[in-house]
This record gives sequence, structure tokens and C-alpha cells, in this order.
Amino acid sequence: MNATAEAKKTGFLKRLVSRRVGNKVSPAGNILINLVFIICSIVCIAPIILITIISFTDEKELLANGYSFFPEKFSVKAYDYVITAGDTIWRAYGVSILVTLLGTFLSLMVICFYAYPLSRSSFKYKNFFSFIAYFTMIFGGGLVPWYMVYTQLIPLKNTIWIMIVPYLMNAWYMIIMRTFFKTTVHESIIESAKIDGAGEFRTFFVIVLPLCKAGLATIGLFCTLGYWNDWWLPLVFITEHRLYNIQYLMYQTLNSIQYLASGSASFSESAKVLADLPSESARMAIAVISIGPIIFAYPFFQKYFVKGLTIGAVKG
Amino acid sequence: MQSKQGDTTIIKPSSNKGFFYELKNNWPLFVMLIPGLVVLIINNYIPMFGIIIAFKRYRFHGDFITSVIKSEWVGFKNFEMFFKGPYAFNITRNTILYNLAFILLGLVIPVAFAIMLNEMTNKRTAKVYQSVMFLPYFLSWIVVSYLAFSFFSIENGFLNRSLLDAFGIEPVKWYFEPKYWPFIITFFQLWKYTGYNTVVYLAAISGFDPEYYEAAEIDGASKWQQIRYITIPLLRTLMIILTLLAIGRIFNADFGLFYHVPRNSGQLFTVTDVIDTYVYRALRNSNNISIAAAAGTYQAIVGCVTVFTANFIVRKIDSDKALF
Repeated sequence: MNATAEAKKTGFLKRLVSRRVGNKVSPAGNILINLVFIICSIVCIAPIILITIISFTDEKELLANGYSFFPEKFSVKAYDYVITAGDTIWRAYGVSILVTLLGTFLSLMVICFYAYPLSRSSFKYKNFFSFIAYFTMIFGGGLVPWYMVYTQLIPLKNTIWIMIVPYLMNAWYMIIMRTFFKTTVHESIIESAKIDGAGEFRTFFVIVLPLCKAGLATIGLFCTLGYWNDWWLPLVFITEHRLYNIQYLMYQTLNSIQYLASGSASFSESAKVLADLPSESARMAIAVISIGPIIFAYPFFQKYFVKGLTIGAVKG
Repeated sequence: MQSKQGDTTIIKPSSNKGFFYELKNNWPLFVMLIPGLVVLIINNYIPMFGIIIAFKRYRFHGDFITSVIKSEWVGFKNFEMFFKGPYAFNITRNTILYNLAFILLGLVIPVAFAIMLNEMTNKRTAKVYQSVMFLPYFLSWIVVSYLAFSFFSIENGFLNRSLLDAFGIEPVKWYFEPKYWPFIITFFQLWKYTGYNTVVYLAAISGFDPEYYEAAEIDGASKWQQIRYITIPLLRTLMIILTLLAIGRIFNADFGLFYHVPRNSGQLFTVTDVIDTYVYRALRNSNNISIAAAAGTYQAIVGCVTVFTANFIVRKIDSDKALF
């Protein structure tokens, strides 16, 4: 009796010890960790689910019971409205797409062109030009002079370009791109291309860029996200309604839902639109539509962001 | 180290010729730099010289350059007005205190999360958690303000209509009650960036040599001991560097967080107004342009000093990680 109890005890202790020493967390610890992350994941995702549900909730229900995770009556009227009547919304969506595509393309060009010479160890002035880019990360003139430059020196206010030009060059992305060039393209490849008679531009486009597709994808996605999510430049520089992008339209809509009707031609027409506008749910539907592309492209985003972060962390 | 030695041996003898020799021989490389340089000059360097606006009473005279030149010098008067005004102390305090909270929480929570994710038995679930928590980073502050609104809206919000109602608590006028906002602001900052920071630390942890842990296991070290004596010491440099770089930016607030999430509500300014939002509002109110410029210059200069100091310390710890 005593002996078996003893044996049980030592067996238990042994298991306990082996569990602690084995290179895994204890099952209890694992459950605790899972619990923490389940709660955090819910906290992260719940607000997004809530606005999605609101966008699918019947308007009368919203006014009667407020925003809820479990509405009694669903409706697609908000999306119906957004798709059929929302000229303003599609226009803003178009502006966002145009700015994102054009901006990402131009920005990639500018960043790669700047990063490539700096990645060449034979380029004598690489440190000087690196510093010129670095310095902008440390010191800036502040909002007021910057605003003056784009309104008074180079009048880009209320043009599509104001939503593109200020983000074309980014010192941080440039550094990451330079590291990509440095680590993937060895100087000897460039040397041999030169010996074969290729000029610098030819080498760059035909040899270097194709080798750095992962780098291009990473920085391209950084830029895409930056342009798509931008509300700052329209907030500061855009006053004309036809140039609002989707983010800025959302900002205006949160302040006053009337905004959605303002795209309509006449006053009476806009009054009519406003009267049967499922305002609460339509507003959230726009938010859902603006997140759509990001969720859709999320697997790519995540993959390349992690890659970019790792490279950014090692810094060349 | 090895690659550095390699580089020095490769360097061409031509490297001690002059700038024009270099320009003539490597002109395509210089041409490539031009677009970036033009953008940097317009977007960053001209505004730097625009700082003199802060020392003038700015009046518009046809175009920017003449306006800057012709406007009357007032010395430090704009700064005097800014610092004697009612806002300077409040916005500086808010900016620094919020950033201190963000730095502390943005260090402890992501490091803990990264270690926990790394220790999880089921790697696939760990990946799912990581993906879900990384998602908020990809949403704009406008979207976040919608998310906040869906909870805090006074008329229809989830909190007032569903949660507080269920417990029989009176509805709260969230957008008019400053006392809640330090927590709400901090919550959303963490909500948006914790996943991102966790990924940064997790990327570092997954790069650690597994032999350390195998050796520790053979020596009988428990999981706790492995975390305490291997993971954390190995992470220390990265933790110090990221924290110092964040301290360097302590004078810069995240405009979107402080402007959009509280919906620029005037009643909340005592706890939500920061230097960036103040400068923006002052710029919008055109009588205040010179004072706005003074506030911006104050931020830029103090910010520059903190970045330099932080960078100086980073360089002492690990010169590879220094910004410059």
C-alpha cells in the first residue's frame, strides 16, 4: 500500500520534472497562452465584425436598437444604395485606385533609382547621398512651411498630384531597398555585365531589377498600403469634392452623413437621395468596402511585410 | 566584419579622383539619383529653410519666396506668444505622457507576446493568432475612428445601447467626457500596433540559434529559465534600440490617432490635444500661421535633439543599429 503510493508519487514527480525539462511549455501553460491570445484575437477582430454586421443591418432596426452584434433583421439595402446611387462613393473609390496605382509605380521607380547607386560599393558619393536621404528622417521644417511649398511655391493643391508627390520618396523604404540590392546582387554580376558591354541603365533594368523581385514586391506593398490608407494629404490639401479619395470621403461622412448626397446634381435631387438614404448602415458599408481590398490582399501583405521588417531590422 | 574587409580590398584606385571625374565616368548613376533628389528638395529641404517663417510675421506677397523674404522679422515673438498661450504646456505634456505610455506598453506587451507565440506547442495556431493581431496595423486611422464610433457613438453605439443598457448603467456621453480618453487613446494605439511590434520581436526570436536552447535543455534548464537566461538577454539589444529610437521620436505624436479617433471633439482637447493636432488647427485658422510655424519649429528642433541623443546612445550599444 505504502510502496505503491510512494511509487505513484515518484512517478508523478518524474512526469512533472520531465514535463518541465522537456523543451516544451507545460500543457497548462500552453492552455493559458492560448487563452490570452484568443482574447486578444477577439479584441482585434470584434470591432471589424461589428461594423460589418452594422452595414448588413436593417436601418429601422439600427435606429430602434442601436448597433448590435446580433441584430434581429438583416438587410443589404446599404450596399444596394452604395452600388446604385453612390456616385460620390464610386468617384472616391476611383480616385483612391488611380492614386494608389500611379503613386506606387512612380514611388517604386524613384526609390529604386535612388537606392541602386547607393548600393554600389564602387560609387564614391554613396555616403553623401545616403546622408541627404537620412537627414530627412531626423529633421523637418514642420507642417507650416511644407504646406506653403505645396500651395504657394509649387501649386499642387486640389490636383491629383498632391496625393502622390509628397510620398514619392521615403528614406526608410529606400534603405530597405538598398539592402535588398546589396544582398541579392553581387558586385561581380554588375562587373561582368559591364564587361559584356551593357550600360548602367541596361544592367539595372535587365539584370538587377529582375533579381530583386522580392524587394520590389515588399516596397511596392508598403507604398500601396501607404497610398490606399492615406487621408492626410486630402485633409490638408484637397477641398474640391471631385478629388476626395475613399478615406477622406469616409472622414467627411462620419462627420455628416449628408455628405453622401452632395454629389447629386440638384438640391431637390439631393434632398430626395437623403430622404431614403439608409445613412447609418451605408456609412459602415463604405468602411467595409474600403477595407475590402486590404483583407483580400492580406496574405501577400503579411508575407512581404514580415520579410521587409526582417530586412529593415538587419539594415545594411 | 569579413565583408567589410572584402569591400576595402575591392575599392578601385579611381576613388581618389575628383567629383567631376566621377560625374563624367558614372553619369548614369547620378542621373538615377535625380528624381529622388528633386522630391527630397521639394518635400523636405525647402520646407526646412521655411523655418524662418517662424521668426517672421508671415504675409502673402504673390509667391512663396518673396513672401518669405518680404515678411517682417519679429525675432522670437511668435515663440513667445506660443509659449505664453494657454496650449503650449498642455500639448507638450500630452505628447510626452502618451508617448511614454506607448513606449513602455509597446515594449513589454509585444515582447511577452512574441515569447509566448514562440513557445506555443501548436505552431499553426500561433500563426493564426499572429495573423489576426497583425491585421489592425493595415487599417487607416479613419477606419479605426469608424470602429471606435461603432462602440462609443452616443446615440447608437454598442456600449451605450447594448452593454451599459444590459447592466442598467446610464448612457455615457463618450465624446464629451475627457476622463475616459487617456485609456481609449492608449487602447487604440495598442490595438493598432501590438501585432506589428510582436512580429518584429518574433522575427528576431526565430533567428536565434536553436543550439542555445538544446544545450540549456540538456543542462536541465526549465522553460522559464530558458526564457529568462537565453531569450530575453538575446533580445535585449533589439529592445533597447527600438525603445531608444521611440524615445527619439517622443515629441512626435501620431496625428491620426489624436485627431480622428476622438473625432476632433473640442471638449476632449485637455486630454487629446497634442503638438501635431495643435499645429494643424492653428494652420487652418489663418491668423495663427506664424504661431503654428513657431510651434512646429519648436517640435522639430526639440525632436531633432532627442533623436540625436537617442542615436548617440544606440551607436554606443550597437553601431550597426544606429540610424546614422
